[in-house]
Amino acid sequence: MKKGIGQEGMKQTVNQAAELQYESWLAGLNLPARKKYILREHMGTGKALYYIEEKEISHLKFLTEREQNTIRQAQKDQSLAEKYGVLCEKGIRFIPYFSEEYPKKLLEIPDFPYALYVKGSLPDRRRKKAAIVGARRCSPYGEKYAEEFGRMLAEAGVEIISGMARGVDGMGQRGALLGRGKTFAVLGCGVDICYPRDHIGLYMDILERGGGILSEYPPGTPPLSRNFPPRNRIISGISDAVLIIEARVRSGSLITADLALDQGRDVYALPGPVNSELSYGCNRLIQQGAGILMNPQSLLQEWNIPLNGRTEKEDKNKKVLETTENLVYSCLGLYPKKAGQLVQETGLDIKEVMNILVSLELHGYVREISKNNYVKSE
Amino acid sequence: MSFSTVVSAAIEGLGVEFVQVEADVSNGLPVFHMVGYLSSEVKEAAERVRTAIRNSGFDFPAKRTVINLSPAAVRKRGASFDLPIAVAVLTSLGSVQKHRHAECLMIGELGLDGKVKKVPGILPVAAEARRRGVKRCIVPEENAAEASLVDGIEIIGVRDLRQAVGFLNGAARVKAGASGRTPQRKSSSPAEDFSQVKGQENVRRAAEIAVAGGHNLLLIGPPGSGKTMTAKCIAGILPPLSMDESIEITKIYSVMGLLDEREPLIRERPLRSVHHTATKAALTGGGMVPKPGEISLAHRGVLFLDELPEFGKGVLEVLREPMERHSVQITRTHGTYSFPASFMLVAAMNPCPCGCYPDMEKCTCTPAQIQAYIGRVSQAFLDRIDICAEASKVKYEDLTEEKPAESSQQIRRRVCQAREIQKERYRGTCRSVNAMLDGEEMRKYCGLGTDEQKIMERAFSVLGMSARVYHRVIKVARTIADLEGDEKIRSSHLREAIGYRTVDKKYWGRQQI
Repeated sequence: MKKGIGQEGMKQTVNQAAELQYESWLAGLNLPARKKYILREHMGTGKALYYIEEKEISHLKFLTEREQNTIRQAQKDQSLAEKYGVLCEKGIRFIPYFSEEYPKKLLEIPDFPYALYVKGSLPDRRRKKAAIVGARRCSPYGEKYAEEFGRMLAEAGVEIISGMARGVDGMGQRGALLGRGKTFAVLGCGVDICYPRDHIGLYMDILERGGGILSEYPPGTPPLSRNFPPRNRIISGISDAVLIIEARVRSGSLITADLALDQGRDVYALPGPVNSELSYGCNRLIQQGAGILMNPQSLLQEWNIPLNGRTEKEDKNKKVLETTENLVYSCLGLYPKKAGQLVQETGLDIKEVMNILVSLELHGYVREISKNNYVKSE
Repeated sequence: MSFSTVVSAAIEGLGVEFVQVEADVSNGLPVFHMVGYLSSEVKEAAERVRTAIRNSGFDFPAKRTVINLSPAAVRKRGASFDLPIAVAVLTSLGSVQKHRHAECLMIGELGLDGKVKKVPGILPVAAEARRRGVKRCIVPEENAAEASLVDGIEIIGVRDLRQAVGFLNGAARVKAGASGRTPQRKSSSPAEDFSQVKGQENVRRAAEIAVAGGHNLLLIGPPGSGKTMTAKCIAGILPPLSMDESIEITKIYSVMGLLDEREPLIRERPLRSVHHTATKAALTGGGMVPKPGEISLAHRGVLFLDELPEFGKGVLEVLREPMERHSVQITRTHGTYSFPASFMLVAAMNPCPCGCYPDMEKCTCTPAQIQAYIGRVSQAFLDRIDICAEASKVKYEDLTEEKPAESSQQIRRRVCQAREIQKERYRGTCRSVNAMLDGEEMRKYCGLGTDEQKIMERAFSVLGMSARVYHRVIKVARTIADLEGDEKIRSSHLREAIGYRTVDKKYWGRQQI
């Protein structure tokens, strides 16, 4: 009996694989996602399209001449099984829109991707998901809060979605990993490509911790700049809320915020100094009615998620510092300050300031982010 | 009376080779024949000498004249053999008494009218002549002051061939060139003074430490932050030159023909500012017959490289070896030349292409651009920088600050004191400043106490310091201790030195993720 079920189950997977190779072929066609969707709905399965008679293609009136030719051309491809096999070997799952696994939330958006390629796992439907996005060239302030929000939300069980880009994106996801949570990266290239390359550590850690790498582009697609704006709609599409950490005027993060609003997602922005160009976009969003990000707790409260893990901020201020050390430390913030500036603000001489800075740096209270430029580090 | 010989000298690199100029005048076809491994400018001397002799009012009979410059194995170059050739010919013809020019070295270029023109490299020639026991030198008048820098040898400056012949015949008295060792002029202070540098406390301090210990200095800062100004100010806080050092430098400048006629002795440490289009050979020296390059011209002084990343690929790398050895070897097929190159490097660069990093509000560069920019300077080069400081944009409050900052004079006094301490400590060794110490000497002179060792241990692990940087930090700490007159290196010295350590490309412009 048991054996029978096993066999049947196996047969089913074999059948599924056989079907999926045609679906994957259809998804890979060089047609607009909308056309592929109509085509699939019309034909029923990918297999049906693959074996469609030559003359019947011309009856597909919703396709242009050119698109019809694309299908004719693609039909000549004999290596479907092989290509699908390679996909499976790489551990990449192919999840078309009609699949059970396809994120339901994503189907709500008007231009949902035809299919997702996934390395690792997909976000958990039962959990809340927050996207953390922002400037690639961010300030230490943005870096800090991206990480903090990522970490504290993850600790409470929220999954963090982002684009694994430099700056805010990466820091948010790193924070989620530090909070022992799951995080998912939506890429603008194939999921088998790590972009940016120096984030390979993050890429591996995301997978290792049970998160996933997602993309609507087939594996092997290079990171073309035109692929990146459309992926933002997926980031906001699978999330419940979008957190904008730092954004300049006319930045990609603001596009994401706009998309999120169109999709009916909540948008929150981290306020920043009014004179900071990097926070201009965020402050503007708040002015226009976006939620204001004061702390992760308030967001969790809105979602009725109990706080978990460390609720109290570790009080680093309790550390035993000498008076002069305290003086220098209190002059520092999250925006870099120069050694010369500190001399003027504290009234100490450069010898002493340098001594204190290095002493603080060696104890991990201060970070030298560039030559003679210092920020607080926590 | 037909054969005669005159002593002259040729410059090879910075070295001097004595050359015997032999002339033989005999009956035969009237030709002027010159042999002795001559380059074309020496061969051209034939026309100059013949015409100059005639135009100076001497007879030049139609006879067969043969000139030989020996040793024949040494390649002779330049126009400095004109005068000795002319004198040798005139001696053979009987116009000059032979015995008069024994123990007399001659050098100089001739014009067609018989005028004696200046030639480069007089100082090393005169010094070598004295070493070999030559009694007097006949040199161009314009070079007389320079040659007179050498003591214990009679220098005769001549204006033209007639005067030279007159002197040799004992008829006319030619006044010897005034001695170059006139009492030291008060060194003129350079136009740039540290009192004009506003704010920039860390840069001022870094410059002071760098000069005190002869450390290499890198200034990083946005355009218009006064990096170039600081480099020029550094010239004003360099310790004074000793006479030996002055002569050493003057010899190099003499060979390059860069000396001032009236004030030939170089009394101030040179500041050589090199543009980033410079080639490798321009820096190290080169050419078929190698001539000293910028690093040798900066000997005992400062070599200033502005816009460091703009230097051509590989150009900076040639500096690495001279920076360690304090000299440069240049090898050509006919021999190896060694030029002194004990310089202090001062380099300046922007933190990123736009210059605003790490101010992310203003910086328009991508991380990749910032990385690529610093990537043009190799880590091996950066590791040879002892001290690095950031020059920041000058603020308005600083510009309008009434109170003048500390002057170069005051800083120089402290620098000299620190140098004095080092001189005392390294007496009897070939070192003069802390920056020159090697591993063995560091163990001897830069011992650390337990507390100090703990700091270095921590710095090593927390800051990811490399072994090379570790040693440099300790040397800089040694200098800071010397500036304070402290015999031991203390924790505070080490911490300050760590604050000025060189940059690590790994961490530059890159987020730690």
